[in-house]
Amino acid sequence: MTKQHTILYLDGVSVAFDGFKAISNLSLTLGRNEMRAIIGPNGAGKTTMMDIITGKTRPDIGDVYFDGVHDLTRLDEADIANLGVGRKFQKPTVFEMHTVEDNIALSLKSPRGVFAALFDLRSAEAQGRIDDILEMVRLSARRGEKAANLSHGQKQWLEIGMLLAQDPKLLLVDEPVAGMTDAETEETGRLLKKIAQTHSVIVVEHDMHFVRELDVKVTCLHEGSVLSEGSLDFVSSDERVIEVYLGR
Amino acid sequence: MIAARLLKNGIDRRIAATIALLVGAAVLVPVLHLAVPESSPFHIPAHAVVLFGKYLCYALLALALDLVWGYCGILSLGHGAFFALGGYAMGMYLMRQIGDRGVYANPVLPDFMVFLNWKELPWFWHGFDQFWFAAAAIVLVPGALAFGFGWLAFRSRVTGVYLSIITQALTYALLLAFFRNDMGFGGNNGLTDFKDILGFPVQAPATRAALFAATALALAAFIAVTAMVVGSKLGKLMVAVRDAESRTRFVGWRPEHIKLFAFTLSAVMAGIAGALYVPQVGIINPSEFAPANSIEVVIWVAIGGRGTILGPILGAMLVNWTKSWFTAALPDFWLFALGALFVAVTLFLPKGVIGMWDQWRAARRSRVDGVVPAIGTQPRQSLGTEAAE
Amino acid sequence: MTISAPKYPASPTILVAALLAVLTLVVFAPSVRADEAVVRAGLAKFATAKGFGEVEAAVRELAATGDPAVSKPLAALSEGNLYVRKSDAAVFIATSNGETLSLADPLTGAEAGTAKAGEMAKVRVNNAVRGAIRAVSGSLTLGSGDAGVRLAAANAIFSRPDPNTIDALDAAIAKETDATVKARMQIARSSSVLASDRSDEEKSAAIKLISGLGSREALNLLTSFQSNAPDRLKEEAASAIRSINGTLMAWDVAQNVWYGISLGSVLLLAAIGLAITFGVMGVINMAHGEMVMLGAYTTFAVQEAIRATAPGLLDYSLIAALPCAFVVAAAVGIAVERGIIRFLYGRPLETLLATWGVSLILQQAVRTIFGPTNREVANPSWMSGGFEIGQLAITWNRLWIVAFSLAVFALLLLISNRSAWGLQMRAVTQNRRMAASMGIRTPWVDAFTFGLGSGIAGIAGVALSQIGNVSPNLGQGYIIDSFMVVVFGGVGNLWGTLLGAMSLGIANKFLEPYAGAVLGKIIVLVLIILFIQKRPRGLFALKGRAVEA
Repeated sequence: MTKQHTILYLDGVSVAFDGFKAISNLSLTLGRNEMRAIIGPNGAGKTTMMDIITGKTRPDIGDVYFDGVHDLTRLDEADIANLGVGRKFQKPTVFEMHTVEDNIALSLKSPRGVFAALFDLRSAEAQGRIDDILEMVRLSARRGEKAANLSHGQKQWLEIGMLLAQDPKLLLVDEPVAGMTDAETEETGRLLKKIAQTHSVIVVEHDMHFVRELDVKVTCLHEGSVLSEGSLDFVSSDERVIEVYLGR
Repeated sequence: MIAARLLKNGIDRRIAATIALLVGAAVLVPVLHLAVPESSPFHIPAHAVVLFGKYLCYALLALALDLVWGYCGILSLGHGAFFALGGYAMGMYLMRQIGDRGVYANPVLPDFMVFLNWKELPWFWHGFDQFWFAAAAIVLVPGALAFGFGWLAFRSRVTGVYLSIITQALTYALLLAFFRNDMGFGGNNGLTDFKDILGFPVQAPATRAALFAATALALAAFIAVTAMVVGSKLGKLMVAVRDAESRTRFVGWRPEHIKLFAFTLSAVMAGIAGALYVPQVGIINPSEFAPANSIEVVIWVAIGGRGTILGPILGAMLVNWTKSWFTAALPDFWLFALGALFVAVTLFLPKGVIGMWDQWRAARRSRVDGVVPAIGTQPRQSLGTEAAE
Repeated sequence: MTISAPKYPASPTILVAALLAVLTLVVFAPSVRADEAVVRAGLAKFATAKGFGEVEAAVRELAATGDPAVSKPLAALSEGNLYVRKSDAAVFIATSNGETLSLADPLTGAEAGTAKAGEMAKVRVNNAVRGAIRAVSGSLTLGSGDAGVRLAAANAIFSRPDPNTIDALDAAIAKETDATVKARMQIARSSSVLASDRSDEEKSAAIKLISGLGSREALNLLTSFQSNAPDRLKEEAASAIRSINGTLMAWDVAQNVWYGISLGSVLLLAAIGLAITFGVMGVINMAHGEMVMLGAYTTFAVQEAIRATAPGLLDYSLIAALPCAFVVAAAVGIAVERGIIRFLYGRPLETLLATWGVSLILQQAVRTIFGPTNREVANPSWMSGGFEIGQLAITWNRLWIVAFSLAVFALLLLISNRSAWGLQMRAVTQNRRMAASMGIRTPWVDAFTFGLGSGIAGIAGVALSQIGNVSPNLGQGYIIDSFMVVVFGGVGNLWGTLLGAMSLGIANKFLEPYAGAVLGKIIVLVLIILFIQKRPRGLFALKGRAVEA
């Protein structure tokens, strides 16, 4: 796949913290409207990879391109977010003191200037978008409540809803079903698949049942680089992957 | 514009009542001071007018700090610096108004410059004979300092206690600088012995009453402005930055810009408070820059209730009234009381008086008719703690 | 003052002492004594000498005895205080008391009664005789048996160059065996050569020798020589002056570095406890300065107690105060941690405010107990005074504080890196949650860390009591600088604190001469604010994911 046809293109990326190589020579590409699951043991570099894509961490070396043209190593978090990269954290992070509706409203794609925000009056169109998203993440009924009062699973959904409100092209979703009930997990899987119809998605997940349910290409990371890539069956039968997970 | 916004967002009844009260006081206090004879029980004596005028200035300063700390999570330990800079700008205007009525009767140079044997006015004193110029400086000097400082600090993501410490260092540096005679601000003694403001004698009862009214109206106006700002989307973003800065960043906002706006606006408010303060107390000197002063403001806000609009106002009044009482009755115990207040508020009253009151009322209401409590925009746990740990 | 004390290149106090003053002191130094009778006979010649020529001859004859004791009558002669009693031709040193003269034996200085002015005749001298006296007396002390005396003599000549001393110096240099003294004599000779009418070649050699000295006196000497030197030598002198200026500048730098290290070690003492608590607990203890203040007051109290009970041990009061100050401050620190801070866990800004409240209470408490005025803690004798290395002035109290702070630093390093407790402390600094789940009792680590940090502040107070007044506001004066050290050095690494303290100390002292103390401080504060732009978490910040968790 050439760079122009990818939504995300990482080539030869390395980063070290005080000598510890968190990512080493990582190369990975993601097509438009593709959903990819990333697995790997703790310390494989999954979160650091997300940090690099979203501009939180600068790679020491290597190329990171978004949508074939945008060099992400030169941009900061806000720029990258506004280009259309949404990120859900491992630990659900929402604006706890605001209502569910305000959480979505603050994330909604809009001019990001200070004075635009100061004089912003919510348009009917924006309200329509908010309603749609709340419907999609099944939080319409709790729209007036403070986000702090939501359950863990509902916060995960709210965060996904906030990502959608940004109208991103690429969503990075870190452990979306951690701490969810089975029913919630199933619901989340359905939601992500629906999102993937119109967006590119990277899902980092430990739950293999969930990954199987997603039924997408899987990339296994280990010690900061790609260990194996392919269907879940292929990856899970890869000798090296088994070794890493089971420590044989 | 502001009025339209307030109407659109619906203004809190208590805030509206407070604004009305302040406007009422701006009318009533001058009348009771000037028109009612001294023998009447309704007469307000001069010292009370000055005292309450001073409290209102403090309230405005507290409101300014609350905007950055309570809503935006920036604990500034240097807000006294902006207050003092506004005060100095006003003081410079008042010094120039003295003209040749000073001890040395120099028509241009203030007394302290004659005393230091200076031959001409330093460049930065030019223009301060005009009120409009001084008024511009009152807004621009604190605003520009806050903008420059904030731009540097927020851009490099200095947060939490680090930020608090460097704001303290800022006011400390200014304290040292203003103590120097050759800075040209009167050194240790500061600026004092004012005569006129806008052509009216500063000490005259009518001027005193007018200054009080101006302060009350300024406070009322800034309560409205603050209410409008925190009620807007930007205000919600401030709270968002306070509670989850990186989330705000990852949905595409720039927390540094949001903070910079709040910090600069807040500094301007503090500067105006200082400018109103100086003609009422009749002096401005470098001790206003003392780090201890700035920290004291924090406790006013904390005890009233940060993240609320009326909290800082209530807190400033309450603490300063107590301080006046203590310094008259038990001067040696004031620092004990103040110290204990810092400890007690942080331990037992993290939401301040207003927060406690709201919580109590909400709890009672929910008991009565099962409504889920919804309280202000106060943080649940802590403010601006994201960075530390 | 005894002359045998200074051994090496001359302190200014010695240099400014006049030659004649040195000569009188020589009497007390052990030396080769000639037969007293011979000396007395020589002295008697002054009674019979006719004309200046004979007086001069008598001076030389007296000097020829080689007895340093003769410098006393010679000095008196030079000052016009040598008299002859008309009745018995006895020679005395006399001082006038109006009508009468008090007499003293010329050799021993013992009192010998009084006499009317008319009974005495002054031994008259002219410039030639005075010159002869200077020349011979230089050679006299230059020949002293004591190296210290010879050195002082050379120094005296150096500070008052005199062409008449050249011959004596030449003789002394030839005999001299002590290298230091010899070098000094050569310098002295050079200075005299410059003042003489010797050849340009000799003077040029002299300039070289003097410029090698690189001291302020050498600079003065050459500057005054340059003003009326022949053109050819002028240039040489100018270049020598330049070279001396360079040397002096280097000494100035060294002096500033020393002052900076001295200030830095004070900052290190004040800041290191703060850095430890900030590093481990993530809280800023605004009452840290008050812990320093408590330490200083403890020192005061201990000293007063010793003064009252055992004044003989006063010199050791500081040593007794160290453990007391540590315990007092640590106890208060632990009480604050257990009583307040642990309830504000994970809320660093609230902790900052609460500890500020504690600082107000502590200040007022001390003011109530000890009064608002400054208290003075006496310096023990072993911390008073100072010494010099080249052009570097070093006081003992500063030196002790530098040594002390480095010792404290080393001890903390040892605790942090070698003890189990230090390991726990570092574990909590890096990842509190992980440390807790590994079974480390984080509340205990917190309490002890806070106690340790406060205790160190307490002993910092002992040191600070030696360089300033002890007042309730003592802590406030250091707290902001300490914060700056922590901000600059970063947390979680003691070396960062050391480097931060020393760089701030040195930067302050280097800026002071150019900008003044206050402006220097302001510049440093501004530089730190700018520095934070580049390194928001200080020089030695922890990196990686754990920090942001």
